[in-house]
Amino acid sequence: MAAPPAIALAHIDKRFGAVHANKDISLEIEKGTIHGIVGENGAGKSTLMSILFGFYQADSGEISVDGKPTPIVRPTDAIKAGIGMVHQHFMLVGKFTVLENVVLGAEGGFILNQGLGKARRELERLEKDYGLQVDPSAQIDDLPVGLQQRVEILKALYRGAEVLILDEPTGVLTPSEAEHLFRILKQLKAQGKTIVLITHKLKEIMAVTDRVSVMRRGEMVATLETQATSPEELAELMVGRRVLLRVVKSERIPERTVLEVRNLVVTDSAGTVKVDDVSFIVRAGEIVGIAGVAGNGQSELLEAITGIRPRASGEILLNGKLLPCDAAEARAQKLAHVPEDRHRLGIVTSFDACENVILGYHGDEVYQKGLFQDRRAILADTAKKMEDFDVRPQDPHLRLGLFSGGNQQKIVLAREIEQDPDLLIVGQPTRGVDIGAIEFIHKRLIAMRDRGKAVLLVSVELDEIRGLADRVLVMCGGRITGECAPETPEKQIGLMMAGAAA
Amino acid sequence: MSGPQRELPRWVDIGLIPLINLLAALVITGLVFLAIGESPLESLGIMLNGAFGYGTGLGYTLFYTTNFIFTGLAFAVALHAGLFNIGAEGQAYLGGLGVALVCLGLGALPMVIIIPLAIAGAALFGAGWAFIPAYLQARRGSHVVITTIMFNFIASALMIYLLVNVLSPPGSMNPETRTFDPNAHLPLIHDVMAGLGITIARSPLNLAFLWALICAVAVWLLMWHTTLGYQLRVLGANPAAAAYAGMKPQRLIIIAMLISGALSGFLALNEIMGAQNRLLLEFTSGYGFVGIAVALMGRSHPFGIVLAAILFGALYQGGADLSFEKPTITRDMIVVIQGLVILFAGALEHMFRPHIARFFQGSRLKAKEARA
Repeated sequence: MAAPPAIALAHIDKRFGAVHANKDISLEIEKGTIHGIVGENGAGKSTLMSILFGFYQADSGEISVDGKPTPIVRPTDAIKAGIGMVHQHFMLVGKFTVLENVVLGAEGGFILNQGLGKARRELERLEKDYGLQVDPSAQIDDLPVGLQQRVEILKALYRGAEVLILDEPTGVLTPSEAEHLFRILKQLKAQGKTIVLITHKLKEIMAVTDRVSVMRRGEMVATLETQATSPEELAELMVGRRVLLRVVKSERIPERTVLEVRNLVVTDSAGTVKVDDVSFIVRAGEIVGIAGVAGNGQSELLEAITGIRPRASGEILLNGKLLPCDAAEARAQKLAHVPEDRHRLGIVTSFDACENVILGYHGDEVYQKGLFQDRRAILADTAKKMEDFDVRPQDPHLRLGLFSGGNQQKIVLAREIEQDPDLLIVGQPTRGVDIGAIEFIHKRLIAMRDRGKAVLLVSVELDEIRGLADRVLVMCGGRITGECAPETPEKQIGLMMAGAAA
Repeated sequence: MSGPQRELPRWVDIGLIPLINLLAALVITGLVFLAIGESPLESLGIMLNGAFGYGTGLGYTLFYTTNFIFTGLAFAVALHAGLFNIGAEGQAYLGGLGVALVCLGLGALPMVIIIPLAIAGAALFGAGWAFIPAYLQARRGSHVVITTIMFNFIASALMIYLLVNVLSPPGSMNPETRTFDPNAHLPLIHDVMAGLGITIARSPLNLAFLWALICAVAVWLLMWHTTLGYQLRVLGANPAAAAYAGMKPQRLIIIAMLISGALSGFLALNEIMGAQNRLLLEFTSGYGFVGIAVALMGRSHPFGIVLAAILFGALYQGGADLSFEKPTITRDMIVVIQGLVILFAGALEHMFRPHIARFFQGSRLKAKEARA
C-alpha cells in the first residue's frame, strides 16, 4: 500500500461575503515531493494555503495530515501537525539575533537561557542536516534577504515542520540566491520533507517541482506531473485561454536623447546613500530597462527623477532642459510616471475610479469649469480611458479598491499613457497583475516606444526586462554595475545584479 | 487575495447604521434611567417634547444646532485632509474676539456692513489661531493634535487676560465687554419673521443658523466639486499619492487648517453676535469638542453633519428640559446621555457594522441564488 499523502485537502470551500474564494477544492500532496501551486492573483492560492495554515477556516471541507483528519483552527494547530509556513513578507524581528528569532513563540519556558541553549544545539543539527548555514548570533537587520529567508525556513524546521509552505519565495531574491534556495529545497526533499511552493513564475515551477496544481477563479483546474507539462500549457490553464508568453517587438532605431541623468546622488532621511553617482540616458524610441534586486536603489532613482524625492546632487535633463525636483513641473514637461508601488503612490483606493483618473492631472483645464471641477468631462474622460484600456468593470463610479490589481494598473497606465508624454517612467508595470493583463500592458509599452517615446522601465522580473527593453542597465547597491543587451545570458546579468563588475 | 467585500448600500451606510448606533445609546440610557428609578419612556417623551414640541424649545434646539454645524464642519474639513483639529474650541474663542472687535469698534455702522465685517472678523481670528499649529505641522512636523489642544489652553488664558484687563469697561468687575450697539446684533429669527408678519415663539435662534446652512453647502461644494477640495481629500486619503501627483502638502495642510479655523470662528457669530451680544468668558462651553462627535457621526459629510448637529442640538435642549422637570435627572445625567451617543456613534461606530454587512451580503447572495 502506498503511503498516505502528507496533506490531503478534501472539498475545501470558502466564501468571503460575495466572493467565492475557494470552490470545492480537493488536493493531495505526496510525501517527500515538491508540489507547486500556480494561479493568477485572486485565483485563491493564498486563501487555500491560509486555510491549511489556520489563518482562515474553511466553510466546509476536511484537512488530513498523513492520512489522519486534522482540524486546523489556528496556526498553532498547523504547527503542531507539522506544517510550517514561510511568508512572502518575512515575520522576523529585525533587532533580534537569528537565534532569538528562531525561538520566537517557542521560547521553552520562563527562563530564556535554557530555551536558547537548546535552540542553539538544535540549530547546529539543522545546519548540518540541511546545509542551512547561518550565524546564530547575527542580527537579522545585518543579513541579506536570502539569509533572512533561510532563517524563516529554520524557524519552521525548528518547530518540527514536516511540510513547508513557501509563498512566492523568490520575489526578493537574485537569480543566484533563488538557485541556492532551490538547492536547499531539493535537499529538504531528499531528507523526506514535503514542500509546497506557491508562485506565479512558471520557470521556477518547471525547474524544481515534481507536480503542479493550477488554480483559476477559486477552482482547482488541474494537477499535473511537471515533467509532462509545459509553461505554455500551464499559462493557458491559469488564464483559460491561449496566452503569448513572449513579447513580440520589432526593431527600432533610437533617436534623440530625451532623458539625461548626470551624476545623480540620492540619500534617504538618515543620510544613507541610496543612489550613488548614477548617469545614463534614455532616447526617443527605446525602452531602457533597469534590472536589479528590489531595494538596490531603483525606487529612489525613479522617485528622484520624477521629483517626489529630493536629490542630494547631480542633475537631470529632460529634452535638454534642466528638470527641477518637482512632481508637478515634471508632469508639465511631459514626463509621465507609473509608480512601482501603485497602492502607496499611484492611486487612492478609497476614491472612485474617475477621481483616480485625474490624479496628478487634476489641475488640467479640461477638467475645470469655472470655479468647479467639470464632472461631466471627468466622467467622459474616464469612460473613454476605461474603454481604451479594457478596464473591467467599466464603471467610473466604482471605488478603485474594488477593482482587481490588473485593472487598477490599467487605470494608472491609461492615465499616464493617454497624456502622450515624451518620457514614460514605469516601475514594476506588472506587479500583482494577472497574466492576461500582463500581455496587454506589455503591448502598450511597446506601442509607446514605437510611437517614438522614451520609456524607462524598472522591474525586478528579469524576464520582463529582457523581453521589453532595448538596453539593460543593472543596478546594485545604488550604483549602475553594468549595461548590456537584453539577449545577454541571465547568468551574466545575475552576476551584475549581485554586484560583480561586468 | 480578495478579502471580504465590505460594500454596503449607501442608505445603510449613512442612514441605518447611525440609527442603530443611536438606538443602542438610547437603550443604555434607558437602563441608566431605570437604575435611578425613572421611567425611560416618560423621560424620552419629555426630551422629545422639550426639543421639538413647542416653538421656544425648537428655537433653542436649532440655536444649539447652529453651533454644532459650525464646529462639525470645521472638524470635518480638517479630517478630510488627514488632520485631527482638536482646537475648534480655542479657534471659536478667538473668533469671538474677532466678532467682538468688529461689533465694539464699528458698532455705529449700518447692519448690512457690520454683518459681513463680523463674518470676516470671526473667520480671520479663528483661522489665525489655527494658523500657528498648521504652520508648525506643515513645516516642523509638530503634531497638530498636540498643538491644537495646547492652543485651546493658550486661547483660554489669553481671553481671560483680555477680558479682565483690556476689554471689560472701566469700573466693571465682570470679565466681559459692554453690550454691543443694537446695530451689531445679529437679527433674531423671531424678529425677522415678525417683520414679515409671521409670529413665532421667542428664542435665541438667529441669522447665524442660515449662515451655518450656507457654510454646509459651501463645504460640500468645496470638498467634492473643486480642485482644491479634491487635493485636500487626496492628501487625507493617501499623502504619498498627493506627493506623487505633484500637490504641495505643506500648503494644503495650512489651507485646510485655515478653513477649519474660520468655520470654528463662526460659532461666535451665533453665540456672541446672535445671542449674548457681548464677549464673555467660556462662551464656547465645549461645542468645539462635541463638534468632533458631530463630524464623526455625520461621516464628515455636510449633510450628515447637519443631521447629527440637529440630534445634538435636540439632546442639549431636550436634556435641559428633562433635568428641569425631573430633579433626579441632573445636568450631569444629560452629559452622560451625550457621552453615550458619542460612544456609540463615534468610538463604537463599527461595532454593529460587520453584522449588518453580513446580513446584507447574505440576503443579496440568497437573492442571486434564487434568481439563478
